[in-house]
Amino acid sequence: MTETDLRTHAEDIHEQFSDQLDVTVSEIEERLTTLVDEYKVPLEEARRSVTNTYLDDAGMERDDLAGAGGNEQKEIRDIDAPEEWIDLTAKVVDLWDATSDAVAQVGLLGDETGTIKFTKWSKSDLPALEEGAVYSLTNVVTDEYQGRFSVKLNRTTTIEQLDEEIEVGDDAVEVEGALVDIQSGSGLIKRCPEEDCTRVLQNGRCSEHGEVEGEFDLRIKGVLDDGEDVHEVIFDQEATENLTGIGLEKAKEMAMDALDTSVVADEMRGKTLGRYYRVSGPTLGRYVLANEVELLSKPADPEAVLIQARSI
Amino acid sequence: MSSTPTREVARRVFAREFNDATYTFKESDDERAPVYVLLPTGQRANRVFVVGTLTETEDVGEDSEYWQGRIVDPNGDTFFTYAGQYQPDAASMLRELDAPEYVAVVGKPRTYETDDGDVNVSIRPESISPVNEATRDRWVVETAERTLERIQASTADDAVDEYVEMAHKQYDRSLDTYKRAVEDALASLEADEAEATAD
Repeated sequence: MTETDLRTHAEDIHEQFSDQLDVTVSEIEERLTTLVDEYKVPLEEARRSVTNTYLDDAGMERDDLAGAGGNEQKEIRDIDAPEEWIDLTAKVVDLWDATSDAVAQVGLLGDETGTIKFTKWSKSDLPALEEGAVYSLTNVVTDEYQGRFSVKLNRTTTIEQLDEEIEVGDDAVEVEGALVDIQSGSGLIKRCPEEDCTRVLQNGRCSEHGEVEGEFDLRIKGVLDDGEDVHEVIFDQEATENLTGIGLEKAKEMAMDALDTSVVADEMRGKTLGRYYRVSGPTLGRYVLANEVELLSKPADPEAVLIQARSI
Repeated sequence: MSSTPTREVARRVFAREFNDATYTFKESDDERAPVYVLLPTGQRANRVFVVGTLTETEDVGEDSEYWQGRIVDPNGDTFFTYAGQYQPDAASMLRELDAPEYVAVVGKPRTYETDDGDVNVSIRPESISPVNEATRDRWVVETAERTLERIQASTADDAVDEYVEMAHKQYDRSLDTYKRAVEDALASLEADEAEATAD
């Protein structure tokens, strides 16, 4: 724990009580320092304890505090555990169709650090969120499904629209490794043409809209492996063309000549499997969406590794 | 709540060590539980990624096609890979490729006990693809690094890793031979480079 961190937390607490109590930031910091450094209390608990002391002194209830309940104001990138009560300031990036009557609204929230799915329950009876608007959301709870985090708006959530703009960050990551697999559902695929439905068809059928006249698209679902970790990467049409040199028209021609779409993925496998790539882009669940792709050809410096080997 | 099974990492290992990885085990009694070979440097491997020179392909099948490929690493040690009707893509690759050629192989380690009691270790390929020399060189350096990391972890004084302990128990071998494989492989790259500069 650094001193500046404690100082920041002390300033936060001070701000909450400056109207009611004659207490200085330094006094608060000292209390925090004692708890954290001497008693080894986790910071969050220390903060809670110190806040409680001042609540008593001021004859206030926890709910009286600004930012009710003293939730942590979180940035989306930092959401890393389920069932945490947090506050967010975020923009509604996208609203999706609710798939169940129990859900009033579902979509994507974004702040400078990234995006996250949100769900608002019908029974919570909350005002509607508008796409593109920025809100202060207090008392939302985090959730996790298959390693992917989301937030739920609930009965106790307060929603306040803010008159500000947020530049939504794309939480890009960079991964590299050998391309060890191109999974099924890659190559020349067909997507459902229904509005806002881009599901990939299986044997000409959309899981939502049944048998439809699909629209051709290109994509690769690949796996980069560096010998320590695996990263699943999705290449969209443009990225797939960059990676393989096969564009949509060429892919359609190939499929037409062979009377089989699978030749496209086979050709792509031959051109890319076993090569090393560096890919950067935003994450979507467990996938990295490949915005930029670089073929890595030159090996790392063998001499440096050799010196290391001889030193063991 | 069901969780997606995590994909097994493809380990990087030179042929000398891979061919010594004769001990296999499972982590659970489930019939479908993944089988691991134990690398002598103390890591489990359910998948490997190797790049080397395909020096020979041969259909060794009796009733149906069963292709053997020999892939040689810079130390001259050989990975054996076998592909039959259940690995159609890899089998047709072995049928079509003309040795010698650099290839990348992703696959599962398999062990086979011969009549005279030796255990042979081979790769059942998921994919085989031709690559260029730069990719091969990159693999050599990467595999050298990974192997060194394993040797270091294995010989550290505070080593408590279960696979390191398992390797100490299962294999009565010095790790020097694998360290030498690393050094020789790297030295061969340097020699190549010197030769290229001289030309």
